[in-house]
Amino acid sequence: MRVPGYGLIDRDAPLKFRFDNDWVKGYAGDTVASALLAQGTRLMGRSFKYHRPRGPLTADSAEPNALITTHDGARRIPNVRATVQPAIHGLRTRSQNAWPSLGLDVLEVNDLAAPFLGAGFYYKTFMWPPKAWEKLYEPLIRRAAGLGALSGDPDPWRQEKAFAHCDLLVVGGGPAGLMAAREAAEAGADVILADEDEILGGRLTREAEAVDGRPGHAWAAETVAALRAMGVRVMPRTTVTGAYDGGTYGALERVSHHLADPHPDLPRDCFWRIAAKSCVLAAGALERHIAFPMNDRPGIMLGSAVRAYLRRWGVAPGHRIAIFTTSDDGHRTAADLRAAGIEVPAVIDPREDAPEGAIRGEVVGTSGRLGLTRIEIRPSGGGRRWIECDALAVSGGWNPTLHLTCHLGARPVWDETLATFVPRDGAVPGMTVAGAAAGLFSTAQALESGREAAQAALARIGRQHASTALPKADATPPRQIAPLDVRGPKGTRHRAWLDFQNDVTVKDVRQAAQENYASVEHMKRYTTQGMATDQGKTSNVAALAVLADATGRGIPETGTTTFRPPFSPVPISAMGAGATGAGFAPERLTTSDPAMRARGAPMIETGLWYRPGWFPQGDEDWRAACSREAAMVRTTVGVADVSTLGKIDIQGPGAAALLDFVYANSFSTLKEGRVRYGLMLREDGHVMDDGTTARLGPQHYVMTTTTAAADQVMRHLEFVTQCLRPDLDVALISTTEQWAQFSVAGPRARETVQSIVAEPVTDETFPFMACGPVTVAGTPGRLFRISFSGEHAYEIAVPSRYGAHLWRDLLARAEALGGGPYGMEALNVLRIEKGFITHSEITGRVTAFDIGMDRMISERKDCIGKAASRRPALLENREEMVGLRSLGGAPITAGAHLYREGDRPDAPNDQGYVTSPCWSPALGAHIALGFLRNGRSRHGEVVRMVDRVRGHQTRVEIVDPVQFDPKGGRARG
Amino acid sequence: MANLIARSPAEGLLPLANGDATLSEVVPEAITSLMALDGATFPLPGPGRSTQRGGGLLLWSGRNQALLVGPRPDPIPQIAMTDQSDAWAVLRLEGPAARAVLARLTPLDLRDAGLGEGRVARSLLGHMPALFHRAGPDRYELFVFRSMTGTAVHEVERAMRGVAARG
Repeated sequence: MRVPGYGLIDRDAPLKFRFDNDWVKGYAGDTVASALLAQGTRLMGRSFKYHRPRGPLTADSAEPNALITTHDGARRIPNVRATVQPAIHGLRTRSQNAWPSLGLDVLEVNDLAAPFLGAGFYYKTFMWPPKAWEKLYEPLIRRAAGLGALSGDPDPWRQEKAFAHCDLLVVGGGPAGLMAAREAAEAGADVILADEDEILGGRLTREAEAVDGRPGHAWAAETVAALRAMGVRVMPRTTVTGAYDGGTYGALERVSHHLADPHPDLPRDCFWRIAAKSCVLAAGALERHIAFPMNDRPGIMLGSAVRAYLRRWGVAPGHRIAIFTTSDDGHRTAADLRAAGIEVPAVIDPREDAPEGAIRGEVVGTSGRLGLTRIEIRPSGGGRRWIECDALAVSGGWNPTLHLTCHLGARPVWDETLATFVPRDGAVPGMTVAGAAAGLFSTAQALESGREAAQAALARIGRQHASTALPKADATPPRQIAPLDVRGPKGTRHRAWLDFQNDVTVKDVRQAAQENYASVEHMKRYTTQGMATDQGKTSNVAALAVLADATGRGIPETGTTTFRPPFSPVPISAMGAGATGAGFAPERLTTSDPAMRARGAPMIETGLWYRPGWFPQGDEDWRAACSREAAMVRTTVGVADVSTLGKIDIQGPGAAALLDFVYANSFSTLKEGRVRYGLMLREDGHVMDDGTTARLGPQHYVMTTTTAAADQVMRHLEFVTQCLRPDLDVALISTTEQWAQFSVAGPRARETVQSIVAEPVTDETFPFMACGPVTVAGTPGRLFRISFSGEHAYEIAVPSRYGAHLWRDLLARAEALGGGPYGMEALNVLRIEKGFITHSEITGRVTAFDIGMDRMISERKDCIGKAASRRPALLENREEMVGLRSLGGAPITAGAHLYREGDRPDAPNDQGYVTSPCWSPALGAHIALGFLRNGRSRHGEVVRMVDRVRGHQTRVEIVDPVQFDPKGGRARG
Repeated sequence: MANLIARSPAEGLLPLANGDATLSEVVPEAITSLMALDGATFPLPGPGRSTQRGGGLLLWSGRNQALLVGPRPDPIPQIAMTDQSDAWAVLRLEGPAARAVLARLTPLDLRDAGLGEGRVARSLLGHMPALFHRAGPDRYELFVFRSMTGTAVHEVERAMRGVAARG
C-alpha cells in the first residue's frame, strides 16, 4: 500500500503497465516491484528448482527472486529484475517459470519432492543409463527448472558499445561516491561517476538520513547538480560490471529501459569500456538474510528493502510488518515504519542486549502458501507462539559490495570485529575502496572515507588539492552483529534457504560437507549455490558460514569462492553491439564492385574482400557460366579484377638484399622492367606465400602477394626488417589500396590492351614477364605481362580513382572482340588446368619440395626457411603435388582422399588427398590438383578417390600437375 | 580516346548529417607516404604529431613513416616516397557531437590530453584500421582504407544516429 507523504516518485505522473494479465497502476519513479507491492502483490516469481512462490527480497540489483520477462515477441527480455526495471507506461511484463499461472503452478509438485531433490541430486539420480543424460534427463530438467527464455528470433534491439577515459572513475553514487567525485572534481580531475540507480544518492535515497541538516536525498541531488556543473560525467543506470587489467573497467548503461517510447535509434544498452587512471569503489553493501526455517515466502524481505520501499517509493510492503534482526538496523526499520503509521506487531532480536521493547528470541517457522500470513517465534524464555503478519523485515548485518576488488584475483579479508569480509588492500591497482564497501557503515564515515579515497587517487595521478569541508551526518555505525548468524533447523523437515535463486538450503550445504565436498569451491559446485544469474549476492557469505560451521573451521579458513566479472548480467548483444550480419566484419570492395553486381555476379568472400564468382548470362547456372568464361579466356579475351592481391612497395639500397632474404629464389639478379615469380618460406621451411615481384628501378621493387596472405606477408616483412635484418636500408609500404589492377587474358589480350595503352605493346617492348610504366587513356599506369591462366595475358594497373571507369572501358573493348568478364570460378579452372597453386595447395604444412619447387631454393644465397627446409623429414617420402584426371566421367571432389586400388579406404592406407577440383572445358574432363605420397614418380598410375563426407568415389589417373599447354607456349606467345 | 574519369572513395555516400555531427569527404590533392632511408636529413614528425610542410600537412603515420597530405612533393634526398593518394578515404567528422560519435568507434583517448588539436593516432575505427587526425576543436579527419569506405561510413552513421537519439 502507498504511504502518503513518502517517496521520491512523481504522484502527478500516474502510469499503467501489465503484469501477466493484470494492469498495474504506478507512478513515474516506480520500479515494477514497487508498483506491484503498492497494490499488494507480493508474489512475483517462482523459484528455479522447487517452483516455490517468491516475492522480492531486495530493492536493488542483488535481487534473486523477482525476475520477470519484459516486452513481447522477438524483443522479449528475460530475467529482468523487477526491483531494477523502472515502471513505464504500457510496458508488458510477465512472470517466469510458472505454468499455467503464477498462482497455480503445476510444477510446484517439485516442492513436495524436495526431500529427494537435495544437493548432488542430478549427479546421483541421472547417472544411468549414460546415454539418457543428453537425450532424456537434461531436456527434462531444463524444461522443469529454469528462468526466462529468449524468443529464439534474431534480436531486433539496437545495442551500442563505447569507450571512455578519465582520471578517476567513481563506482557508486552514495555518500562516499558523491564525496569522492566532488573532491576530485574540485581538484580539476576528469571524473566519471557511475551508479546503478536512476537517482543518485545510494542509501540516502532510501533512508531517513540527514546530511548538512537537509534530507539526504536532497543533499545528494544538489551535489549531483554541482558535479555536473563542474564537468563530472554522471552516468546513472550504469553498472560497473568488471575490473580488468591496466585500469580498464567494463560498465553496462541501461539506456532506454526506462522509456515508454524510445527513439528508434536509441540503443537499449550501451556497454562501456572505461580506461581510468584511478578508481574509487563506493559500491555500498548488501544486507544479509537470516537462515531461519521457511524463510523464503513472499512478504519476507530484507529490512533495508522495507525501508527503501517506504522512503524511496512511498510503499509499505505489508499492513502488519514484523521484524527479525540481529543488528540495530531492525530497530531502525521498526522506528521508520511506526513513524509512517504502519503496524509493527513484533521486533524479534536474539541478541542478549536486545533493546527494550524487542522480543528476545528467534523466528522458527512461517506459514502462507502464496504469501506470508504469520510467523512462529521462540522467545529465549521458552515456548513458541505464532504472530500474525503479512510481511517480515529481516536484518542480518551487512556484506560490503567488494566484488570488483576480487576481479583481478585477490581474495577478501575476514574482519573479526565487523563480522564480515572486507576488501584486501591493493587488490586492484589504482583502486581505493570507500564507505560501506570498505566496511565503514555510518554516513559520516562514508563521506569522510570518500574524501580520503579521492585524495589518495589524486595523489596517485599527481594532483594536489586542499580538502573540501565534510558535510555533517550521522556518525553512528550499526552495532556489532556477531556472530554471523547460522541458524537453520536441525532435524526438522523445514528448510532454511540460503540461495533463493538456485534453491539451496542450509541442509544442502551441510550435506555437501558430510559428503566431503568440504572446500568452498566444491560445495558451490555440488549444491549450485551462487551459480544463478544473481551469482549468490545475497547468499555467498551465509553459505560459507554454514559450511564453516558444518566443517568445524573458522570462516577465514573456509574462505570465499571467486568473484568474477561481470558483477551483474551483461547482454552479449551489448558487448558485441553492431557486430551482427554485415556488421560482423568490414567489407572490402573493389572499384569494380558496383559494376560487377550490376551484372548479377554473386560475390564471394575472400578474407574481407568480395570477389565475383561468375557473371551469369541468361539462365546459366554457375557451372555453365564458369565453363563459358574459362573457354572465352582460352579462345578470345577475358577481364578480371585482381586488385585484391597484396601489393607492397619496396625501396632503398637494401631492397634487393631484402627480397633475396625473404624469397627462396633470387631477386637481386632480376633486371629492371622485369617480373619474376617468387616463393616465400616460413622460418620452419614450409611455404608461406607466392607471387610475382617486379623491379621498377635499381632500388625499387613492387611485390605481389596472394589476396589471402597479404596481411601476413606485410607483417612478415616488417618483422624481418625490424628484427632480423635491421642492417638493411629499406623502406616498405603497402600499396594494395592505391592501385586498381585488372587481368586481361586470352589470345586477343594484346589487342584489347593496345587499344587503351598509348605505348606500343609488342613482344619486343613487353615480352613475357616484362613490366613498365604506360599511359592508360591519358592516365599514368603500370603494365605487367604476367599470366595466371596460361594464356597471353597482362595485368594493367591505374590509380584506384580510375578503377571503376577502366573496368567498364576494358569490358567494352573485350566484349567487342567476343570476350568479357570472368569470375573466380573460371579463374580457378584456368589455373588448375595449368597446375598453378593457391592457398588451397600451400596450406601451411606444404614445402617447396612438395609442390615441385625445391629447385627454386637458391644454392647461391641464404633465405628464411632454407636451413629448415633441408631437414630429411621435409624431403623424403612426402605427399607430392600431382594432377588428377577422373576416369569414367565422375567428378573429383575437394577434400577426398586417395587410396591404392584394392586397398581398404581407411587411415592407415591413406595415400593423399584432393585440394582443387574442377570441370575442365579445355580438356573435357574432371581434373584436379592434389597431393599423393611420392606422387611425382607415380604419373600414369590409377588410384581410387574416396570422399567419405559426400559418400562419393571414383577412379582417377595420376598426371602431371600442368595438364594444359605443358610447354607454356601460349603465355609466351 | 577519352580520358578516364576519377571517382572519389565516398562518392554517392557523403555528406550526411545527424544531430550535432556531420560527416563529409575530403579529397586532398595528393597523399604521399614519406619514409627515411639512411642518411636522410629531412625530419619526419615524431609519433602522434603533425606539421605543416611545403603547403601540405605532414602526418605521422607509423614507424619511420609520414603521410604528406597536399601537393605532390618534389624528390627529397634519402626519402622514399610512394603515392598513396588513391589508397585512403579521408572522412571529416565535425560538430559538437563528433567526439561522442567517435567514442562509439575507437578506443583512443579523445580528450585534449590524449588527442589534442593537431595530434595524430593510428587505431581502430570499429573493426577497421584507421588514422585519426584531430584537425580542430570539434573536427576529426579519419583516414580509412579506400576499399572499406562503405563500411566506415555505415559505422560512423550508425554511431551518429545513436548519439543524436540521446538528445
